[in-house]
Amino acid sequence: MSAVVVERVKAQFGSKVVETTSFRGDESIVVEPAAYYQVAKFLRDDPACDMSMFIDITAVDYPSRDARFELVLNLYSLHKAHRVRLKTRLFEAEQGEVADATRPTTVPTVSTLWAGANWFEREVWDMFGLKFEGHPDLRRLLLYEEFEGHPLRKDYSADKTQPLMPYRSGPDVLGKQRPFLGDEGMPFGRKDWAPRDASWSDDSLGDPEDAPPPDGTAPV
Amino acid sequence: MEPNDYDIDEADLELPTEPMRLNMGPSHPAMHGTIRMILELDGESVEKVDVQMGYLHRGFEKMCERGTWAQVFPYTDRLNYVSPILNNVGYALAVEKLCGITVPERCQYYRVLLGELSRAADHLTCNGAMAMELGAFTPFLWMMKAREHIWDLLEEETGARLTHSFFRIGGAAKPPTPNVKARALEVCDAVEAICRESEKLLLTNRIFLDRLQGIGTVSAAEAVQFGWTGPALRSTGIAYDVRKAHPYLVYDRMDFEVPVGHDGDNYDRYMVRWAELYQSLRIVRQCVEQMPDDGPVNVDAPELVLPPKEQVYGTIEGTIQHFKLVMEGPKVPKGEVYSFTEAGNGELGFFIVSDGTGTPYRVRVRPPSVFVLQGFPRMIRGHMIADIVPTFGSVNMIGGECDR
Amino acid sequence: MGEVRNTSGREAVRVEVTGSEVGFATTKFDALLGWARKWSLFQYPFVTACCGMEFMSLNGPRFDGLARFGAEAPRFSPRQADLLWVVGTISQKQAPALKRIYEQMCDPKYVVAFGTCASSGGFYDNYATTPGIDKIIPVDVYIPGCPPRPEAVIDALNLLQDKIARGDRTPGVVKPREDIVERQLVTLRKSATDLDYGPQRRSGEPPITLGRTSDPKEGER
Repeated sequence: MSAVVVERVKAQFGSKVVETTSFRGDESIVVEPAAYYQVAKFLRDDPACDMSMFIDITAVDYPSRDARFELVLNLYSLHKAHRVRLKTRLFEAEQGEVADATRPTTVPTVSTLWAGANWFEREVWDMFGLKFEGHPDLRRLLLYEEFEGHPLRKDYSADKTQPLMPYRSGPDVLGKQRPFLGDEGMPFGRKDWAPRDASWSDDSLGDPEDAPPPDGTAPV
Repeated sequence: MEPNDYDIDEADLELPTEPMRLNMGPSHPAMHGTIRMILELDGESVEKVDVQMGYLHRGFEKMCERGTWAQVFPYTDRLNYVSPILNNVGYALAVEKLCGITVPERCQYYRVLLGELSRAADHLTCNGAMAMELGAFTPFLWMMKAREHIWDLLEEETGARLTHSFFRIGGAAKPPTPNVKARALEVCDAVEAICRESEKLLLTNRIFLDRLQGIGTVSAAEAVQFGWTGPALRSTGIAYDVRKAHPYLVYDRMDFEVPVGHDGDNYDRYMVRWAELYQSLRIVRQCVEQMPDDGPVNVDAPELVLPPKEQVYGTIEGTIQHFKLVMEGPKVPKGEVYSFTEAGNGELGFFIVSDGTGTPYRVRVRPPSVFVLQGFPRMIRGHMIADIVPTFGSVNMIGGECDR
Repeated sequence: MGEVRNTSGREAVRVEVTGSEVGFATTKFDALLGWARKWSLFQYPFVTACCGMEFMSLNGPRFDGLARFGAEAPRFSPRQADLLWVVGTISQKQAPALKRIYEQMCDPKYVVAFGTCASSGGFYDNYATTPGIDKIIPVDVYIPGCPPRPEAVIDALNLLQDKIARGDRTPGVVKPREDIVERQLVTLRKSATDLDYGPQRRSGEPPITLGRTSDPKEGER
């Protein structure tokens, strides 16, 4: 059913379509970043596609690839009940780099097509650092303005905190231990993209000398 | 001669005015959920709202990339913590879609049974909290009483009151207990009796109706633009329910209706949830009739499902299999899928990417309540400050799911 | 007239009556103040996450866990409250708000960390979450559990009241309730394992702890 949409897009855009895949009943179309907006608009307006509902926009980070980010737009047609996934591949924006047409780092916003995309593009900016041209209000959505970096990039260490409040010092009542230390809790097959955060040490959870005896009895 | 005063245009004499700004949140007592709103007010009516979320951002998607595929389940419990079973099922179905397996029929019924009870608890909580915020404390207490009945059953089945982590990849943690059917019917009767009683108390109350009707109206076209799903979309008159439109598990064998509203206001959202509650109980009763008493619960896939404990302690194969599954995680084939189910607030989607190892490469959850929340500035525009409380209550923003 | 005892069993206030008309009471002022404070807690629920569901249940008809112990009236202004319930995860973004609410409360003020996330951050060991609210504000009672059952919260309230009565401000952790069935099972299993399996711990040896801090190498990492 959704294959109709893929055929329509292929017929309309031809060479702009990089790749189409069908896996477990999910149709996905990869297009060039330059054609991303036009394809999205076509999907919404074409009567055979009729993608009236915006489902989700997100990104996946592949640090080993040349075009590092894959932007994923999921769409749904309320009347035709078919779904399609529109993807495009973007490069990482280097600091101070001159815009290079062969290495696109941004795409136009689709929040003008679906109002629902507004916050989710903000989330993609927040989590991955991808910008959207013409977005009305591109602020961080989930994190705070003081936060540096984009946490869902694979090279952002999961345990690197950036506290807004300075932590209190004092004895550690609970004898707290982190749920994951070193390679604990990690499956063997896991690829470690980022080194463990070197700035983190056990001291930030209180001085071990002040910690209560390990039998866990806090003074009550 | 100097011109007289009345020659001056009257508009020039008006005092310059600017909208008043008011901050609500992030810890506002009349709102469940932590959210911050910057209101721009003209007198008492709201001109513009800047909704700032993220106060419960706990890094769900990043944490999923740290453990195995199975270790994601506890995190999914805490997404929409009012109906954790539905999240468990949603994630399990996503991974099963990627693996290309289908769980046995008995487990499918079991998932629907517990899931619908969970949905009933979700709607009870939402409607109860909304009533409480409008000052109707007694119905809230009654609905909590009804929710305790549901939680009792869930605790008997899963072992936990709230965070179950019960449905796993390829099945469930445990088979159904022998008396699940009898208990489910008891719970349905008890909950329905309480609900009918609360209905009488609440739905003829003039104050309650005046606070809800005609407030927070959204048209169907706008709702689709915002990507609304679930009860919020259905309140505008669009009968889109994933259980009907794209049946999963055994929903195609269930006889139930999709309640719709037509105004898309607070009252319609309230009533759609209320009607869905009865439909959920109806589905539970059908599950009890149709669910087979015997048969496997887990799919026969040793590479995905933990072996029974007797085998783990009794045979070397079982021990090895258990060790590999726990330490390396179930090996999920390479690829990416988007799987969607109907959760308490709408279409709960999981977009998962696997690189063929035991760890998820990317788990993305489509949180239905964010979409509804995104329409909130549109819903409240032109209404009073006091209307924010019931309107926000009808959005049913659940912090864990909204901010992840 | 009788005696009034606090829950720890120690004598707090003694009321004596002689004759039928006159009477006097003797007590220490601190004990009287503590006794008065512990039954008049005004709470401010700072509810953020999943634990809020159990907090609703706690206030619900089955458990009624706060009203029965003199802490019924919630005050939705921190200036009028003296017991702050921190219910749920506190993210880094939320931390300044929590600190500000705490600072707005008047002394004496008490804080309960409700649930694992509030106590230690729980399994959200990442960039977004504070590892426990005691990194931000001092805590009087920690309630473990994810989320804790209402019974544990009732225990926590009793523990806090006990501390208030004694004037004790050291932090406390709610202990698990003793399960009689479990104790019998343990006794049974112990008698079974004595027969079946290898070396057992002798009665004089310290109990086996699973904490990592007992390992001397850990400090070097």
